[in-house]
Amino acid sequence: MYDPTVARLTYRALLGRRRALILGALPLLLIAISVVVRGLAGADDQTASDLLGGLALATMVPIIGVIAGTGAIGPEIDDGSVVYLLAKPVKRPTIIFTKLIVAIAVTMVFSALPTLIAGFILNGNGQQIAVAYTVAALVASIAYAAMFLLLGTVSRHAVVFGLVYALVWEALFGSLVSGARTLSVQQWSLAVAHKVAGGDLVTSDVGLPTATVLLVVVTVLATWYAGQKLRTLTLAGEE
Amino acid sequence: MAVEQPVRTPVAPSGDQTRIHNIGYRTYDGPRLGRTYATRSLYSQSLRGAYGLGRSVKSKVLPMLLFVVMCVPAAIMVAVAVATKAKDLPVDYTRYAILMQAVISLYVASQAPQSVSRDLRFKTVPLYFSRPIETADYVRAKYAALASALFVLTAAPLLVLYIGALLAKLDFADQTKGFAQGLVSVTLLSLLFAGIGLVIASVTPRRGFGIAAVIAVMTISYGAVSTLQAIAEAQNSTGAIPWIGLFSPVTLIDGVQSAFLGATSAFPGAVGPTNGEGVVYVLVVLGLIAASYGLLLRRYRKVGL
Repeated sequence: MYDPTVARLTYRALLGRRRALILGALPLLLIAISVVVRGLAGADDQTASDLLGGLALATMVPIIGVIAGTGAIGPEIDDGSVVYLLAKPVKRPTIIFTKLIVAIAVTMVFSALPTLIAGFILNGNGQQIAVAYTVAALVASIAYAAMFLLLGTVSRHAVVFGLVYALVWEALFGSLVSGARTLSVQQWSLAVAHKVAGGDLVTSDVGLPTATVLLVVVTVLATWYAGQKLRTLTLAGEE
Repeated sequence: MAVEQPVRTPVAPSGDQTRIHNIGYRTYDGPRLGRTYATRSLYSQSLRGAYGLGRSVKSKVLPMLLFVVMCVPAAIMVAVAVATKAKDLPVDYTRYAILMQAVISLYVASQAPQSVSRDLRFKTVPLYFSRPIETADYVRAKYAALASALFVLTAAPLLVLYIGALLAKLDFADQTKGFAQGLVSVTLLSLLFAGIGLVIASVTPRRGFGIAAVIAVMTISYGAVSTLQAIAEAQNSTGAIPWIGLFSPVTLIDGVQSAFLGATSAFPGAVGPTNGEGVVYVLVVLGLIAASYGLLLRRYRKVGL
């Protein structure tokens, strides 16, 4: 199910040349902000929770997820070089699965790891906040990568639709309509984080069982459907 | 005009057989429309392209959708104001763009790469420069087109609000003043956002990557700034709030309009910049606009040639 060559090519497409630097800028910014906040405000659990929840989990993880998830397959479909990959005797679900693993790994490294570091800088993992948000970021990485990889195979405008989901649906509608929060990867991962932290600092609108089921279902379904989609892929010309 | 070709009488093959045939190519001697015309065409094509006009149906969907999403809340507010006979609109003209900043950022992120990245990727930039236009004309046309598209996007809902306010018989002088202030603010916003978006998009030939980079700059900087401001307010260091606001495009516009255009600031605790700090805001905004224009010129001086 895992093809090392496909994985190597995907890593190079995602991180090759200067792209790793650009991807690395976001986590560095998060860590820099944490240092500033720690200097300004000292160690404070509420501040740490706000910063990690508002900046790291709500904006950084989805954006890195969009870049890694759609970037793993989108450009190849876009410029048509995916036919050389599809022409090889590799099963298409295998290609998707491998790309998913790579996208998950990249998202985790560039979002969950900085979250952990930032958490430790902010309050030294007081009340398990750093670990809780890191777990949330890890869980969210998996779901986001799977969802956005599917988007990459479905649409040429995958990045925009991914961002619309992450920013408009989760952030805007999520804050206005509470029902929208039930259908949000962010809230599902917060439910897991709530379980880890235990306290009242990390809260979610979704119960843990619902969240886990939805996370698993979304990830599996998205991966399966992306594999199906790749089997019947038609290459369209540039619009 | 056609020059009669002298009919060559077949002569007996003697000596050199090679000759250059005049096959009747003619030089163009009609009017030449020149540099200004080419620049204007590029501008109008880019502006139409920013809303998907003259492109495929698929590429019309997103810009039109975002345009509708921008205008619908304004229409709803107007409807509410008319129905309830309110004394004032529920939202200030200047506040509207700040509220809808996610939509505006998405629009810039999707249309700036559309405007420049594809020219880079398909290497059509040298073709433009084989026409009479210069680097500066290309940059000006693209910049003006995206800024105009953004202005249309941000000013249309203000117009809806204004017309609605007049229909609801609100105070004419008051509403006109607010509307004018709103227009000044969205003009600045359009120029600033278009500049930032184009600079980022012109670096990468990959459309997808450009979109993500633009949105990352817009939203992450806003997220970071507003988090820091909230913390500064919690720490009672309200003096720092306006200075932090200098680091993200949205808060820059917010600061300018709350200092000079009579808007209430969206900063935490509504601590807008004072007039002195407002001058710094204006200078930074104008500096950023000039800097992005300069960077674009530098970028296109060498590209594709």
